Amino acid sequence: MVRQEWGRVLAALFHRLGQLELAEDALQDAFVAALSTWPQQGVPANSCGWLLRTAERKAIDILRRGQVFRNRRQQLAVLAELDSIPDTDCQAEPVEFPDDRLKLIFTCCHPALTQPVSVALTLKTVCGLNTPQIARAFLVPESTMAQRIVRAKRKISLAGIPYQIPPPELWPERMQAVLAVIYFIFNEGYSALEGPAHARIDLCEEAIHLGRLVAQLAPNEAEASGLLALMLLHHSRRESRVGPAQEIVPLNTQDRQQWDRDCIEEGLGCIGRSRALSERPGSYTLQAMLSAIHATAPSFGETDWNAMLAVYDQILAQSANPVVLVNRAVAVSYASGPQQGLEALQRLEIEPCIANYQPYHAARADMLARQGQVEAAARAYRRAIELSHNEAEQAFLNKKLCELPGEPAP
Amino acid sequence: MEYLLCIYTDPEAEPQMGTAEGDEHMAEYFAFTNEVSEAGVMRGGNALHPASAGSTLAVRGGKAEIVDGPFAETKEQLGGYYLLDCADLDEALKWASKIPGARFGRIEVRPVVVFD
Repeated sequence: MVRQEWGRVLAALFHRLGQLELAEDALQDAFVAALSTWPQQGVPANSCGWLLRTAERKAIDILRRGQVFRNRRQQLAVLAELDSIPDTDCQAEPVEFPDDRLKLIFTCCHPALTQPVSVALTLKTVCGLNTPQIARAFLVPESTMAQRIVRAKRKISLAGIPYQIPPPELWPERMQAVLAVIYFIFNEGYSALEGPAHARIDLCEEAIHLGRLVAQLAPNEAEASGLLALMLLHHSRRESRVGPAQEIVPLNTQDRQQWDRDCIEEGLGCIGRSRALSERPGSYTLQAMLSAIHATAPSFGETDWNAMLAVYDQILAQSANPVVLVNRAVAVSYASGPQQGLEALQRLEIEPCIANYQPYHAARADMLARQGQVEAAARAYRRAIELSHNEAEQAFLNKKLCELPGEPAP
Repeated sequence: MEYLLCIYTDPEAEPQMGTAEGDEHMAEYFAFTNEVSEAGVMRGGNALHPASAGSTLAVRGGKAEIVDGPFAETKEQLGGYYLLDCADLDEALKWASKIPGARFGRIEVRPVVVFD
């Protein structure tokens, strides 16, 4: 309950109080009050409204107790405004208030804050996670995370970061920042293979929750739907992409029965919405379209590689980078054969960074192996292992290396 | 809220005075100053002589220590500032993006403390 209502009530409180720290403290106090009264008196019909009213009164207490605002006049103004709210019985009176969470998200993801700070602040304020949970999720000490969040709230208040939906001229850039923060949270969860999973909150679920919220609050934003689609389609494979020993299971050997059909359906729906909103799909939508081709293929062998190549070409038309080119070469190797894939990779050799790019060597190794060039494949696998910094990835590449004919078992 | 917009540029990278580009650069600064004045947000502003014309002082053990310049490690130095009264950071950033020096160097946007 707490987690669902936290963001909504906090957003409304921030709007009224004009200060995030005060809003959080007051809401915290209101939740404490709820814990002591609700079990006896029952949960009020309008629990959000109850919390908002109670938090407003708690804010008055906090303001009377000490100086919250640097500017004494501002403090008095807020206090006067709060005092003017009639002290009605919030059990009886339904309190309607607008959903300000999108404003809260835009404020937390303002480009004047660094991304790790935005990530922590968004999880804390919008998702209602507590500091220890966020610290554990990002594997940093609790004190570090607490400091990061305190500094962020100070910065918002001192620098005058506005609490508003950005005007049209800033919208595209600010929305990009919001989506980047959400995708960062998702990727953090997606790549967290190590460690006891139950000890950490599921960042993928949190990111999807945020993605849904933004897609719902900004229904005309094609890329918000695109990002939600991308996350849902990746998330649909959560059961099959990691084996019992926490090892990576690649797409071609995953048990497709385990894919989450509801997730896939929702993701496909989001792609449809995104494409209806914009003729020219953006980067998240295009990546989601790639994922959707896998999600709808009955088996790896039946993947529509030509459709995949068409999407890659759309991505390349927007930004040609080696990462996309390597992935496209893999699609070529399945559409036309490993020889064609290798030729596509060869054209990349002129790129300066490619020599140290692990996925390039892994892709090359796989194509060489499929072509029967065992020795060259082994060399490429060894180079890829050398370049990998991730244990699960190294284990996966090692396994592929050992499966080559003539290679000794580990 | 008042914001100090500090203009950090590398004097060598900026259009040089006395050239056509330099004249245009100055004209852009005059136009910007007019714009902020007409918008009613201008509270002050100045261009500064280069850091090599500056002196730095510190009092240590009751004694003033004075050195020539600040000679920073970066080539960018404080070349001027505007003090603007804006509704919020977004407005300050909007003005900062219009300062001609932003295209050559960077603008540091600092909120001013209010004592009361």
